[in-house]
Amino acid sequence: MLMPVPDASLLARRREIIDDLRALLPDECVIADPIALRAYECDALTLYRQLPMAVALPRTTAEVAAVLAYCHREGVKIVPRGGGTSLSGGSLPVADAITVGLSKMNKVLEVDFDNRCARVQPGVTNLGITNAVQHAGFYFAPDPSSQIACSIGGNVAENSGGVHCLKYGLTTNNLLGIEFVTIDGTVMRFGGKHLDSDGLDLLGIVTGSEGLLGLVTEVTVRILRKPTTQRALLLSFPTVESAGTCVGAIIAAGIIPAGMEMMDKPAIHAAEAFVKVGYPLDVEALLIVELDGPPVEVDHLVARVSEIAAGCGAVGNRASTSEVERMGFWAGRKSAFPAVGRIAPDYICMDGTIPRKRLPEVLRAMDGMAKHYGLGLANVFHAGDGNLHPLILFDANKPGDVEKAEAFGADILRLCVDVGGVLTGEHGVGVEKRDLMTHQFDQVDLDQQMRVKCAFDEGGLLNPGKVFPALTNCAEYGKMHVSGGNLPFPDIPRF
Amino acid sequence: MSLDEPTLAALIADHAARGAALEVVGSATRHSFGPGVRPEAQVSTAALSGVITYEPEELILITRAGTPMAQITDLLTQQNQMLAFEPPDYGALLGSAPGGGTAAGMVATNLAGPRRISHGAARDHTLGFRAVNGRGEVFKSGSRVMKNVTGYDLPKLFAGSWGTLGVMTEVTLKVLPRPEDVATLLLLGLSDEAAIAGLCAGMGSAHEVSGAAYLPAATAAAMPVLAGMGHSVAALRLEGPTPSVAARLTALREELGDRAVCHHLGTADSLTLWADIRDAGPLARQPELLVWKLSVTPSEGPATLARIGDHVLSWFDWSGGLIWVGLAPGETDGGAARVRAAIAPGGGHATLVRAPLDLRTRVPVFPPRQPAVTLLEARIKAGFDPAGILNPGRR
Ligand SMILES: Cc1cc2nc3c(=O)[nH]c(=O)nc-3n(C[C@H](O)[C@H](O)[C@H](O)COP(=O)(O)OP(=O)(O)OC[C@H]3O[C@@H](n4cnc5c(N)ncnc54)[C@H](O)[C@@H]3O)c2cc1C
Repeated sequence: MLMPVPDASLLARRREIIDDLRALLPDECVIADPIALRAYECDALTLYRQLPMAVALPRTTAEVAAVLAYCHREGVKIVPRGGGTSLSGGSLPVADAITVGLSKMNKVLEVDFDNRCARVQPGVTNLGITNAVQHAGFYFAPDPSSQIACSIGGNVAENSGGVHCLKYGLTTNNLLGIEFVTIDGTVMRFGGKHLDSDGLDLLGIVTGSEGLLGLVTEVTVRILRKPTTQRALLLSFPTVESAGTCVGAIIAAGIIPAGMEMMDKPAIHAAEAFVKVGYPLDVEALLIVELDGPPVEVDHLVARVSEIAAGCGAVGNRASTSEVERMGFWAGRKSAFPAVGRIAPDYICMDGTIPRKRLPEVLRAMDGMAKHYGLGLANVFHAGDGNLHPLILFDANKPGDVEKAEAFGADILRLCVDVGGVLTGEHGVGVEKRDLMTHQFDQVDLDQQMRVKCAFDEGGLLNPGKVFPALTNCAEYGKMHVSGGNLPFPDIPRF
Repeated sequence: MSLDEPTLAALIADHAARGAALEVVGSATRHSFGPGVRPEAQVSTAALSGVITYEPEELILITRAGTPMAQITDLLTQQNQMLAFEPPDYGALLGSAPGGGTAAGMVATNLAGPRRISHGAARDHTLGFRAVNGRGEVFKSGSRVMKNVTGYDLPKLFAGSWGTLGVMTEVTLKVLPRPEDVATLLLLGLSDEAAIAGLCAGMGSAHEVSGAAYLPAATAAAMPVLAGMGHSVAALRLEGPTPSVAARLTALREELGDRAVCHHLGTADSLTLWADIRDAGPLARQPELLVWKLSVTPSEGPATLARIGDHVLSWFDWSGGLIWVGLAPGETDGGAARVRAAIAPGGGHATLVRAPLDLRTRVPVFPPRQPAVTLLEARIKAGFDPAGILNPGRR
C-alpha cells in the first residue's frame, strides 16, 4: 500500500511539535518515545505499520479543540484514533502526522431511560454502552464483533454494523446526536435528544466519514429495550444455492429476522474444529436465523422459518430451546475469525456487499480466484443484507503470498461492484480499498465527495492518504474540472 | 414536457453559467411550505417518472425521481410491503390535493410519520441516488445494497436538503414487509405530563411500540375514532404478526394499566387513527390556523408546549418529541419568537409549516442554526452548487 510522501519540513519539526503539544496537554498525554509509540503503529489491518510523529491523548473537548486549532494553525496533519480496531487501516498512523487518540475520554456522561438514550464520550467501548444500561434491561443495538475493544467514536467514524443490523440498523440509524470539533478547533453540536436535523443532516454526513471531517467528542445514542425472547435456528443445506434461496424466501414471507448469518463449508469446518459446537460437517452451507420478540411471536416465526427451510431443501434443522443452545449455535459463527486463524498462518478479511440474489455466482467466481492464486478461502456472510466476509488465507512468510492475497482481495471487491454491490459494507475504505474507489465511482462522483471533504477540511490535514485515491488541493478543487477519468495533478508523485 | 438526465444537466449547466436561479419541484405538493421568495424559472422532476426496479425479496425499489408516491404505495401494497417510515401525505394540510407527492420530493423533505421513533425517517431508508448538481454534472452516491459504507453518505445529506444541493433524478429506497396486524392501546383522561410519561414508559417497554401519540381532549374530539371519547387520549400502537400483537397488547395493558382507564382499538380503527395522526389531520381540517411543528426531547414536550402559551390546537407524536401547534393568525411574527424561545438551547427546533405567503417572506420558516454551523453548511452547499442557483433560500 502506497502512502503519500511524507513532508520533510514537517518531519524536521517533530521536536518542536512535541514541545508545543506538551504546552497544550499534560506530559502524560503526549507520547513521543519510539518504544511507547509502537503501541500505536497499526490498527487491526496489521499488514501495514507506521510510527506516527507523536501521539496526543486529550482528556476533554477543550483539549481536543486546542490540539486541533494548533494543528490547523501550524499545518500539522492528524490521524484520529479510537480503539484501533479498524480493519481497513483507518487509524493507521501517517509518518508526518500526529495520532490523536480519544481513549482518555471514556466516560458515560448520562443515561436517560425516559428518552431512551445515553450520552457518552467517544472513547467508551461499544459494549461499555450496553454495560451501562443493561441493569434496566436496555442495550445498544449495533454489535460489531469487536465490541469489547472498539470505541463508539470509531463506530460513528466507520458507521459500524454487526450481526443484528438487518433488523436494527447500522450505527447511523441508532444515533441521535454528536459533539464535533472541526479542524480549526470549533466545537459544534449536531442533533441531541430530539429527532431530525434543523438544517442539512450533518450528523448523517459525519457518520461513516472515517475521521476525515473532524473529531467526534461526544455521542448521544439510542438505546433499546432488550427483546423478551431470542431463539435461533441452525439450518443446513446441501448447496449454497439452496441456502441463498431460503434467505430470499424468508424475507419474501415478510419476516425480518434479528440476524441471518451464513457460513460456507471451509468456514464451518474451521469453526467446528475450533469450538466443537456440533456443526454438521457434511453440508455445503449453514444458516443461523435468529428471531426475537415476545415468546408467542418467536415461536410462531420459528415454525414458519422451519417450514420455509424445508421447502428450500434444508437437510438439517435445529431450533434452540435454551439460551445455552442458542449461544452454542452462535459460538462457531462468532469465533469464525480466530478459527480460521488456526488453519492458516495469516488471513485478511474482506468486506464487500452484493445484491443477495447474486450470491451463488459470486461464490463460484471466488472459488475460481482461490484456485488461480493458489490460496485458501473461507466465507462468512451477513446473509440478510448481502454483506460478504471472505477470509483469504495466506502465509506472510512465504515470498509473494502477501501480494497474492492483496490481489485476490482486490479481485473479490471488484467483483462485488461488478455484480451491483459495493467495496465495503461495514469496515470502511481506509487505506485498504482506497485505490479501488475508482472502480465503484466515476471521477465526477469522487469529485463531489472530495468537495464535501474540502468544506470541512480545506487543508487536507485530517487522516491524509485515506479513502480518496487522488491527492487533491482544495483551493484548486473548486475550479478544477476533470473528465475522461484523468487524475488531477498527474505530476504529484504517488508512492 | 419530457425530461431526461442529459437534458436536465444541460438546463442546469446553462442556468449555472448565467447565474440564473432555478426552483426545483416534484409535484409541488410542498410548494406552499418554505420561504416566500422563489425564482421565476422552475424545473419539475414530474416528467422523470417510472419505477425502474422493484425487487421485493431484495427489499429494494429503484425509481425515477418524479414517480408519484401513490403509484409507489400501490406497487408496494400489492407485495405486502411498505416504506417503513410512513411518509405522510400533507396534501390536505398544505392545501393541495391529497395523494400527491413524488419519490424524490419525499426524500428531499425527509418527512416521516409516527413510525419515525421506531423505524427512522426517509434518511434511514434512502440507499442511493443519482442527481444533477448545480454545475450541471450527473453524479451518483450510495448503492442498491442494504449495507454500504463506501465513501461519504451523501444520501443522508440529500435527505432533507429541500433540493438545494442537486436535483435527484433517481432514488433507491429500502422497503420492508408490511406488518400483518395492528392494534392500539388507549390511555384516557391523562394530563399532558402524565400522558407523555405513559408514552415514554411504553416506548421503554419490551413490547416494540411503533407509534406513541398524545391527543389532548380538544384535539381528540376532532379526530375520527376518538371523537366520542370525551377525554384526552394517549395512544400506543403495536404491529406485527397477529398472535404477537394480541400478546403484546395484553402485556402493555398490564404494564401501563394502573396509570389510566384503558381502551383498545382493533385493526381498522387503528389504521384510520394513525393515518390521521400521520397526515396532521386535525390541522388539515382547520385551514385558517398557522401551523408550527417542533422536534424536541420527548420528555420535554409538555413543558415546551406550556412555555409556548396560547394556541388553538396541539398534539404530540413521537412519544412527546414531535409537537404540532396551531396558532390563531394575527401575530406579526406568526408566533415565531415565542415558539422558538420555548425550546431549550440545543434541545430541538421549530419549523413554520403553514402560513400565508407574506408571513413566510418575513419570518424564517426553518430554524436558525449556530453561526459556525451555518457557515459550514454554506461551504458544503457551495461544493454542490457554487453559483447558488438551486432553490435559493429554501434551506
Ligand atoms: C476482530 C474484529 C471484528 C470486527 N467486527 C466488526 C463487525 O462485526 N462490524 C463492523 O462494522 N466492524 C467490525 N470490525 C472493525 C472495527 O472494529 C470497527 O470499524 C470499529 O468501529 C472501529 O472502532 P475503533 O474505536 O477501534 O476505531 P479506530 O480503529 O481507532 O478508528 C477507525 C476510524 O475512525 C476514526 N476515528 C476513531 N475515533 C474517532 C473520533 N472520535 N472522531 C473521529 N474519527 C475517529 C479513525 O481515524 C479511523 O479512520 C472488527 C474488527 C476486528 C478487529
